[in-house]
Amino acid sequence: MPARTLLDKIWDDHVVCSPEGESPLLYIDRHLVHEVTSPQAFEGLRLAGRRVRRPEATFATPDHNVPTTDRRLPIADPVSKQQIDTLRTNCQEFGVRLFDLGDIDQGIVHVIGPELGITQPGMTIVCGDSHTATHGALGALAFGIGTSEVEHVLATQTLRQGKPKSLEVRIDGTLPPGVTAKDLVLSLIGRLSTEGGTGYVIEYTGPAIRGLGMEQRMTVCNMSIEAGARAGMIAPDAITFDYLRGRDFAPRDFDAAVARWERLPSDAGAVYDRVEIFDGRDMVPQVTWGTNPAQVVGVDASVPDPTGFPDPNDRSSGARALEYMGLEGGTKIVDIPLDRVFIGSCTNGRIEDLRAAAAVVRGYRVSPSVHAMVVPGSGRVKRQAEEEGLDRVFRDAGFEWREAGCSMCLGMNPDILTPGQRCASTSNRNFEGRQGKGGRTHLVSPAMAAAAAVSGHFVDIRQWNYK
Amino acid sequence: MDPFITNSGIVAPLDRVNVDTDQIIPKQFLKRIERTGFGQFLFFDWRFLADGAANPEFELNQPAAAGASILLARRNFGCGSSREHAPWALADYGFRVVIAPSFADIFYSNCFQNGMLPIRLAEEDVDELFTRAAAAHAAGAPYRLHVDLAAGVLHDDAGFRREFSVDPFHRRCLLEGLDNIGLSLQHLDQIATWEQAHGLPPVTAST
Repeated sequence: MPARTLLDKIWDDHVVCSPEGESPLLYIDRHLVHEVTSPQAFEGLRLAGRRVRRPEATFATPDHNVPTTDRRLPIADPVSKQQIDTLRTNCQEFGVRLFDLGDIDQGIVHVIGPELGITQPGMTIVCGDSHTATHGALGALAFGIGTSEVEHVLATQTLRQGKPKSLEVRIDGTLPPGVTAKDLVLSLIGRLSTEGGTGYVIEYTGPAIRGLGMEQRMTVCNMSIEAGARAGMIAPDAITFDYLRGRDFAPRDFDAAVARWERLPSDAGAVYDRVEIFDGRDMVPQVTWGTNPAQVVGVDASVPDPTGFPDPNDRSSGARALEYMGLEGGTKIVDIPLDRVFIGSCTNGRIEDLRAAAAVVRGYRVSPSVHAMVVPGSGRVKRQAEEEGLDRVFRDAGFEWREAGCSMCLGMNPDILTPGQRCASTSNRNFEGRQGKGGRTHLVSPAMAAAAAVSGHFVDIRQWNYK
Repeated sequence: MDPFITNSGIVAPLDRVNVDTDQIIPKQFLKRIERTGFGQFLFFDWRFLADGAANPEFELNQPAAAGASILLARRNFGCGSSREHAPWALADYGFRVVIAPSFADIFYSNCFQNGMLPIRLAEEDVDELFTRAAAAHAAGAPYRLHVDLAAGVLHDDAGFRREFSVDPFHRRCLLEGLDNIGLSLQHLDQIATWEQAHGLPPVTAST
C-alpha cells in the first residue's frame, strides 16, 4: 500500500460505498448537536417518518443561546427558550443523549466533546457548526455541516462527501515566550488568507505543533475554518493519549485503542496535495485590526494603511473594515483603547486558557474604563477553575464570572456589545456585527485579553510584569 | 426539492469580498425553528437603517436590482458560520443562483441542499459581469442573465457567454430535484455491512 496521510487513513476507513454517479457515502462515528442548527433537521425526520439511526453516536447540548447568568432563573428571551425547549423535546423523542442546562457536563459542544472523551483519534465527527474543526486536534476528521446534512446524518449515520484535498501546514521551531496557540493560528490565517484553505483539510505538523498541549492544539484546529479549511487535524501522540485516558466516554480497553491510534499518523513519504512551511520562532502576539481574522498584525505593529495593499479588492475591503472599526491606518496597536473584554468561546474557553488569563490578572484590577467577563467553556471547566481559585482571581480583579456557553462569541444570548463598543475577545470571528450590531471586535489570546482588561488598551504580553 | 434546470432573471451585484454568513443572516434571526420566512432578514444589518427603513446605499435596495434571482458576488462568498439559514434566506428572498469567483465550502454545499445553484467563474469573468451590470444600471435598466444548468452555460443578451461546471452528483441532484436522504437510504445494506465490519451492534428496527 502506498504511503498515506492521516486524512487518507481516516477517509479510507470510513467510505461506506462510492456508487456510480454519486458522491461517496462517508460513515460518521460521532454526531454532536446543539439547539440552533438542529430543530429543522429533527422536524424533517418527523415529517418523513424517519428516526435517528444511531442515537448512541449522537450527543446534544444547548450552548449558543443559553444565558450565562444565574441558571436558576427562567430564560428571559422567549424565542431562545423555545429553541432550547425544542432541543429537549427532540432529544427525548428520538432517544438522543442530552447534556442539559444545570448538568455539570453542559457546555460549548466543542469543549465538552473532547472533555468527555466522546472525541477520539481516527473518528469522523460532524456537527452543525463550523468550529467542529476543533476536534481534529485529537487526530479525528471533524468538520461543520449544514442543517440538511445534520438531518442526513441523523437518518443514515453517513454523509455524502467528496474527498477534500490535503494541505500540510508545518510549523518549525518553537514558539517564543508569550506567543500562544492563538497567536500561531491567527498568524497562519493572516498569511494563508481567509480562503487559502478552501477545499482542503489542513494537517498541522512540525515541532512547534508537537510542543503544544492538547488544549492549545484545539485552539489551532478550531480556527482552521477561518482560513477556509473545513477541517484541521493533528496526528495523535502521547499527549493525545494521556489527555483521553480515564475520560467518561474513552474506550474501556484503552491500551488496545492506543495500539490502533498509534497507526494513524501520516506514513513517512506520504504526499500532501500542498505544503506550506512557517517558522514558529518568527511569531509574535497577534491582534486583529479589521473585520475578518486574516486582517491581523503583531501587537508591536500599527494598523496598516490599506491604500498600500496591492489587490484592489483588499484595498476596498480594508478601507471598509477601518471605517467600521473606527480606526485609522498608522495607529499603534498598543494605543487602541478598549471598552469590553471577553474571555471564553470554543477557541479559548478551556481550563488552560483560564489559567493563562488568571496568571496575568493576579494582583491587578480591571481598568475602570473596561467591562470584562470570563465565560468558562463548560460546566466542568467552571468547576475546575473554581477548585483552583481562578474565579476568585478574576472576581477580585473586577471580572464577571459566568456560567458556561457560547456567550459573546456570537451574541445570540443577552451578552452583546452595544454599537461602537470596542472589545478584546478570545473568540474566533471579528466579523461586522458578530458580537452585536456596530460592535468592534479584536481577536487576541487569553493572556493578551487579560492584560488589555487591566491596562484599558492593548499591551505586549511579552513585557508583562507577572505578580 | 424543486428541480433546478434553467433560470433567467435580473442580476443583483454585491461588490464586496469575503461576505460572511453573519452578514447574510445575522445571528438574532437564527432562533426560529422553521426553515421558512428568513428572506425578510437577508443582509439585515446592511439592508436596513437603524430606524428600520431601507438603506438607500445598499446594493440590493437599488431599483435595478428589484426582483433579482441571480446574485453576483466577489471571492470567498459565504465564509464563516455553517448556518444553513444563509441559503434559506437567499432562496426565500428570491435568489436561485449565486455567481462568484469562489465560495466557502460549507455554504457551497448548503446551496445545493436548497435547490440553489452556486456558480464559480474566473475572476476576470466576474469583473466583466460587474462592469456590464454597472453599465446597464447607469442606463437605468436592470441587467439580466440566462443560466442553463443542463447545458452548463450562462449568457446575457449582449454577447457574454461562459460555460461553467458543477460536480456531476450535485448537478444531477439539482436537475432531478432529488431527495438526498431517500437516495442514501437505498444504500442501507452497505451501511449495515460497514457497521458490522467495524464491530457495531446491528440497528434492529427498520427506518
